[in-house]
Amino acid sequence: MVFLWQSEMHKYQSWGKNPHAKQTALYYSDRHQALPVVNGASILPYGMGRSYGDVCLNDENAIIPTSRLDHYMEFDQEKGVIKCEAGVCLSDLLDLVIPRGYFIPVTPGTKNVTIGGMVANDVHGKNHHRAGSFGNFVTAFELLRSDGKRLICTPDKNPDLYRATIGGLGLTGLITWVEISLETIESAYINTESIRFQTIEDFFRISDDSDQSWEYTVAWIDAFSNKSGDCRGVFFRGNHMRDNDFIYKKRSMPLGVPLNMPSWLLNRYVLKLFNKLYYSVNRNKAQRVHIYDFFYPLDKVSAWNKMYGKNGFYQYQCVIPDDQAEMTIRSMLKLCNSNKQGSFLSVLKKFGDIKSPGLLSFPKKGYTLALDFPNRGKRTLNMLDAFDDMVLDAGGSVYPAKDARMSADSFKCFFPAWQEFSQQVDRGFSSSFWRRVMAE
Amino acid sequence: MATKKTLLILGATSAIAQQVARQVVSRDYRIILVGRDRQKLVDLCADLQVRGGTADYRVHDLLEMTAHEQIIKNVVNEYGGFDIVLLAYGTLPDQEQCEADRNEAVKQLNINFISAQNILSVIAERFIEQGQGQIIAISSVAGDRGRKSNYIYGAAKGALSIYLQGLRNRLSAHNVQVLTVKPGFVDTPMTKDFKKGILWSTPERVAKDIVRAMDKRRDVIYTPWFWKYIMLIIKFIPETIFKKLNL
Ligand SMILES: Cc1cc2nc3c(=O)[nH]c(=O)nc-3n(C[C@H](O)[C@H](O)[C@H](O)COP(=O)(O)OP(=O)(O)OC[C@H]3O[C@@H](n4cnc5c(N)ncnc54)[C@H](O)[C@@H]3O)c2cc1C
Ligand SMILES: NC(=O)c1ccc[n+]([C@@H]2O[C@H](COP(=O)([O-])OP(=O)(O)OC[C@H]3O[C@@H](n4cnc5c(N)ncnc54)[C@H](OP(=O)(O)O)[C@@H]3O)[C@@H](O)[C@H]2O)c1
Repeated sequence: MVFLWQSEMHKYQSWGKNPHAKQTALYYSDRHQALPVVNGASILPYGMGRSYGDVCLNDENAIIPTSRLDHYMEFDQEKGVIKCEAGVCLSDLLDLVIPRGYFIPVTPGTKNVTIGGMVANDVHGKNHHRAGSFGNFVTAFELLRSDGKRLICTPDKNPDLYRATIGGLGLTGLITWVEISLETIESAYINTESIRFQTIEDFFRISDDSDQSWEYTVAWIDAFSNKSGDCRGVFFRGNHMRDNDFIYKKRSMPLGVPLNMPSWLLNRYVLKLFNKLYYSVNRNKAQRVHIYDFFYPLDKVSAWNKMYGKNGFYQYQCVIPDDQAEMTIRSMLKLCNSNKQGSFLSVLKKFGDIKSPGLLSFPKKGYTLALDFPNRGKRTLNMLDAFDDMVLDAGGSVYPAKDARMSADSFKCFFPAWQEFSQQVDRGFSSSFWRRVMAE
Repeated sequence: MATKKTLLILGATSAIAQQVARQVVSRDYRIILVGRDRQKLVDLCADLQVRGGTADYRVHDLLEMTAHEQIIKNVVNEYGGFDIVLLAYGTLPDQEQCEADRNEAVKQLNINFISAQNILSVIAERFIEQGQGQIIAISSVAGDRGRKSNYIYGAAKGALSIYLQGLRNRLSAHNVQVLTVKPGFVDTPMTKDFKKGILWSTPERVAKDIVRAMDKRRDVIYTPWFWKYIMLIIKFIPETIFKKLNL
């Protein structure tokens, strides 16, 4: 029957809507099956496309969406260990484990991600200073390689592939299932405080003070508030409560952005106003909020990425070692201001020194800054290149999960283990990101 | 009769059936999965158990019609009967292959219609005996009108729809619900090689409609709802015109 076909090709994009990829999606719903093949093309697993740039894209090639690999396999409620297929959505998993007194030990700022995607980007959360990244809690997984081999990887079994796959950007094979060690909780609620700060220096002070007694810390900064980069912001910190309340009383109505907004909408003045408002509504206060409201405020507005219009946006997240952090971060914020490019949501957080098993893992000791910019073409790209130089000088690195543009040279400097990593890459797998950063 | 309701799913590995099972998992049902792929059934059972449900499985190729009576007998013996049955198995044949090979056509009619009516007839006797029950069977919009691109499948589903209509008429006096489900295009392994467009739906969405219709004790549903109107128009086209269309 002839109906209005909407090309499947446009369905699988990344969160920043940038770059745009044309790729064939291969149906895969049974983890015991062999990998689907396409003549001559490479394949790449695709979770929920919550990476901002191109680590989940495979332009002119094929992707394997994992949404149907969504079965649980085992849940040991005594030990708090869960084993599930890699396409299980974090949101689904949390609905299951929270009422049973468990939480995911590391969570990104959205629950619309797959467990496989969390492994492949070795995600971090607001508790990095206490827990390290997600890879530290991945006790085992199965890897399906393009030669048909299935390998169970643990810190002791196939350790090279274990280390390469955590933070391995989907390049070492398809993760079919993952075993995770969960965190015990005694409540589904978080006791949280917000504290305004006036300067970046204040941020560092509050952050240091909060390290010991607060499990979760993060700060939002008003990137427009100071031309020389000494910005104000709000510091958020939280701890799990212990009141045995596991019931979620849903309050807010789901909101959503139905279609791409015109790209001029989020102009500098609107962004500036938004930041001002955000600062003014967040006064110093203490509150008791549900886990979902504390960790996933952005999930309340579905498809918020459409706010940026069809040109999408760039997210830039870097980590800067402690000694260089304050200076570099200020210079970066100053550069945003002098370039008249402001960020909608700017986030600053301290990373601790717990090392991840992942070879290509992004987090390391220091401070991480995340900024996002509407895509204004060359102007934006030039500024981001300048950021890269600053980060390189400071001995930091840039997060591939958020990247769509770093140069091959920068990548190789940021991730010195890339050669060791590339030994483990599956020849049948590739991505737009990988081809870009491996270009000669 | 046991206090826990028992749901029997025939063709439990179907993508749509899997979603139905998940959506009722929090109810206090015992779910019995019947299918031909042991590994998949083991996995599905584990999944439902982790989700907090009670599930068990039995391996049968439902094309073997001589075994149907025994399958039902065993379920009754082992679990003390059952209350709801979801018939979800089916295959989507290659129409051209059915034209080239009449054995293939017969096989397709057997799986999609003959075997379905056979096992439902066994179940009907059981439900009449126990004085209650719910029969839910997945037919298809393809059974509403024959088209050159898939009329063997359409014929089987059309026959199934008519069979269910008659069965409903017969069982209504016995307090037994018979629900005919007519999905449109659903993105499942059955249709993995099709180009997907705006009319396509997900197994989650279809399962939601099925569960709602089951609870409301409905007779016939199209899912998603708009297929009712699409099929109304398609059925309305006069045959003299319809026969010339490239459908
Ligand atoms: C609002 C928002 C907030 C965020 N906050 C954070 C944060 O706080 N911390 C953080 O670290 N990240 C954060 N992220 C990024 C996000 O957590 C990661 O990009 C995550 O990996 C996305 O998961 P996904 O399932 O969508 O994977 P995708 O983006 O689809 O894929 C990510 C990578 O994983 C690979 N992959 C996916 N599944 C498999 C598999 N089964 N086997 C092998 N490889 C696989 C892909 O090939 C790709 O390389 C945030 C993103 C958003 C949109
Ligand atoms: N998808 C659509 O667009 C669509 C539209 C309208 C109607 N339907 C109907 O919906 C129902 C469910 O299909 P689906 O879309 O969920 O596709 P599916 O996932 O492919 O399910 C079909 C199921 O039937 C099972 N099956 C086939 N032959 C069998 C046999 N001899 N014995 C036991 N089981 C057998 C298959 O088992 P295995 O796993 O062992 O192969 C499979 O689980 C089918 O009746 C189909 O005709 C589907």
